[in-house]
Amino acid sequence: MRIKLEKRAKPRVAMLLITPLASVLMHIKLEKRAKPSVAMLLITPLASVLVTMLIGLVVFDLLGVDGVRAVKDLFLTPILASYKWQDVAVKAAPLVIIALGLSMGNRAQVWNIGAEGQYIIGALAAAGVGLLAGATGGALVILAMVLAGVLGGAAWAAVPAFLRTRYNVNEILSSLMLTYVALQVLGYLIGGPWKDPNGRNFPQTAPLNPDQTLPILVPGTTVHLGIAIALVLPFLFWLLTSRSVFGFQIRVVGSAPHAARHGGFDQRRTIWLVLLISGAMAGLAGALEFTGSLKVINLGFPSGFGFTAIIVAFLGRLHPIGCLVAGIVLAVTYVGGQVAQTSVHIPNSTAGIFQAMMLFFILASDILVRYRVKLITKKAPSAASGA
Amino acid sequence: MRNTKNQAPRLELKGITKRFPGVLANDHVSFSVMPGEIHALLGENGAGKSTLVKMIYGIMPPDEGEIYWNGQPVRISHPKAARKLGVGMVFQHFSLFEAMTVLENIALGMDAKIPARDLEARIQEVMQRYGLKLEPQRIVSTLSVGERQRIEIVRALLLDPELLIMDEPTSVLTPQEVEQLFVVLRQLASEGRSILYISHKLHEIKALCSHATILRAGKIVDTCDPRQETSHSMAEMMIGGDLKDVKRSAGRSFGEVRLSIDGLSVPGDGAFGISLKDIGFSVRSGEIFGIAGVAGNGQNELLLALSGEVPSDIAAAVQVDGTPMGTHSAKHRRLAGMATVPEERHGHAAVPDFSLTDNAILTARDRLGMVSSGIVSSRAARKYAHDVITAFDVKATGPSAMADSLSGGNLQKYIMGREIMQNPSVLIVSQPTWGVDAGAAAAIHQSLVDLAETGSAIVVISQDLDELLSLCDTMAVINEGRLSDPMKVSEADIEQIGLLMGGVHGDADAPVKISEEVAHAY
Repeated sequence: MRIKLEKRAKPRVAMLLITPLASVLMHIKLEKRAKPSVAMLLITPLASVLVTMLIGLVVFDLLGVDGVRAVKDLFLTPILASYKWQDVAVKAAPLVIIALGLSMGNRAQVWNIGAEGQYIIGALAAAGVGLLAGATGGALVILAMVLAGVLGGAAWAAVPAFLRTRYNVNEILSSLMLTYVALQVLGYLIGGPWKDPNGRNFPQTAPLNPDQTLPILVPGTTVHLGIAIALVLPFLFWLLTSRSVFGFQIRVVGSAPHAARHGGFDQRRTIWLVLLISGAMAGLAGALEFTGSLKVINLGFPSGFGFTAIIVAFLGRLHPIGCLVAGIVLAVTYVGGQVAQTSVHIPNSTAGIFQAMMLFFILASDILVRYRVKLITKKAPSAASGA
Repeated sequence: MRNTKNQAPRLELKGITKRFPGVLANDHVSFSVMPGEIHALLGENGAGKSTLVKMIYGIMPPDEGEIYWNGQPVRISHPKAARKLGVGMVFQHFSLFEAMTVLENIALGMDAKIPARDLEARIQEVMQRYGLKLEPQRIVSTLSVGERQRIEIVRALLLDPELLIMDEPTSVLTPQEVEQLFVVLRQLASEGRSILYISHKLHEIKALCSHATILRAGKIVDTCDPRQETSHSMAEMMIGGDLKDVKRSAGRSFGEVRLSIDGLSVPGDGAFGISLKDIGFSVRSGEIFGIAGVAGNGQNELLLALSGEVPSDIAAAVQVDGTPMGTHSAKHRRLAGMATVPEERHGHAAVPDFSLTDNAILTARDRLGMVSSGIVSSRAARKYAHDVITAFDVKATGPSAMADSLSGGNLQKYIMGREIMQNPSVLIVSQPTWGVDAGAAAAIHQSLVDLAETGSAIVVISQDLDELLSLCDTMAVINEGRLSDPMKVSEADIEQIGLLMGGVHGDADAPVKISEEVAHAY
């Protein structure tokens, strides 16, 4: 039976899951809640992670892989094994920083999908300043590099902001397309002007001058200053979004643009600001990743953090602290993907599937915040009996 | 009982009950509507009228009770089933696709597929017959509230219904239009159709309906023959208490000019937007200035231009207490003492999914010093929201209640209170009592009068002529973006106002011709 199942595994599994689900679905009803449920707001991200794990386990098992082991390595080993913590921290930092910026935009209904491009440009800007500084290093040069990263990312995001506010061009498309432009810029620079002269003609920058790298916080590990920044920023953003007029402005523009205008908020200004902030955050993440972790820019530098951060923002419910937690969860799957690759021999890209599943489940479960599920209990039709 | 003939009622409800989480929306409601009868369903906002008609129209099933149609028990499981039976409905809140044309919207509402050309011909026919003006090719998003409602009316009439449910149909019509609608409705009734007419405009019910069922808190509290009652007595049955009339001190005098509008022109937004042409008027301290007009003649544009949401190029076009503010934004005009209340409560005057506290921050933050160095004092906002709720008797669970959890009337009271308690020198309100019940409307009117007596200048933009006549000292009529010369309300002539509202359309003969046709048919 197992052998027979092998070839048609996928459709069978789908049916296995769908048939019981379908019979349940036919007996449920959605009912609007009087108020959005805070409990559901907190439970659904957790539940999406758990459901992702569960479905991953079942699917892997049916595919003939040790599902329990795979899920354990993907989700638990990076948390349980203390020697993996530094890897998780290093991966989480850029995710958290980018997601903070994105969540701010998303709250204003401004959809920056091009954080990856802003991240690349941020790193390149930092690298450029580093090259300009040449052999000199030290705190000031590092600060200048990081600032250049912030400005580079913001500048890259300024293009969709300009197009949106001036010509009403959809920022989803323009920001996404600019990611590919950024990739070309990166390819050009590392293959041309910035190519490592001692690099055997490989398209990559020369390794970063050690005086230009971010300080390591915990000796003997890879935990750099950028991780501390990623830990502090969520709290600053929390303060900004929850208490400030600017945070209020973002929320109003996002949920009722006419009311925002009535309340004296300028929608264009808001779009500019949130795009610049999200671009700056992505640029910062790129600069920190370059100066703190990778120290070289090659074709492998853009690793999709800018896209994964979209999942982090949603999984974190667009809340700064949520972004911090969700960033760690997504970083765990990155690290876990590498673990599972060696332990159960599944491709590293499996992590991406898990990340995508999480996004699907969080988006799907969103409805539970505003609606409650009611089981339809069969009862005799009351109209049949005459009074 | 009036069911003396052996004729079965067109519609009969027996013990209809509907519960929502925490609310008993309808509690054993029973009444019947005979063929050819115009039956009023009266009640304050939240009394359960809308829920009841939603069950008749098949949008939701009752938890208990039976519905009889022409004597037969029926289960109306779906609006489609209701339409098949012959129930037509015109909703208070329109269900229209903004991005589509009038014709497409009507086509979508039809259960049978009809070629667009035939449908257009039928629409033209219905519009001609009932005098409802619409351009079938226009995009709905460019239409005013009144025009949108006309789509709904035409849509319902196209289905040739035996029972027509009208939910607050006249709230956006001019006196002439109301009159025309009544002619249509009486014509429909004389054809043997029944009409279930939901409203709280009591003089309309008096003029139109032969029976009334009064709902309060989900229960039937009374039935009456509106022709035998006064508006006042019906209002008291409806609210279950004494109705307070608006108190005004006689012989009031006005002070200096506080709001002066001069040469205000704003180009129309989009192909169908109304442009404002050389608007000019001034309002003195203590004066209530009314702007009448048919929906879609530039009222929204005027409010936006006055509030600063759409600033002008000329600074002197809008002056508040002598200071030119024409080029200033909404924020600055507010700081200069101007407060505004737009017509649309949800998403314009208030953010539906924000708490009342957050909605207080929306417009009161700067004038009341809720903000210091960019940080909002949520305590100050909460206190202000609480004060507004208390002072304006807003029924809400508290400052943290979501704006959209409030009924229309209560939210409007909250919004009015939010602006009035900022003590503005100039207050501009649009449709202050649209969709608001009699009790809340009286409270809102009283608060406007009281504010004027403290020396503020008030502008009321409304399509409800009765409201303007009872409230205002001076009024003007807006038509196609132009404002008429102001006139004293005490000397105003309703015929004249009616002509100004409709006559400058360029087809002054049309309404007369239609009413003649209708009269012949009648």
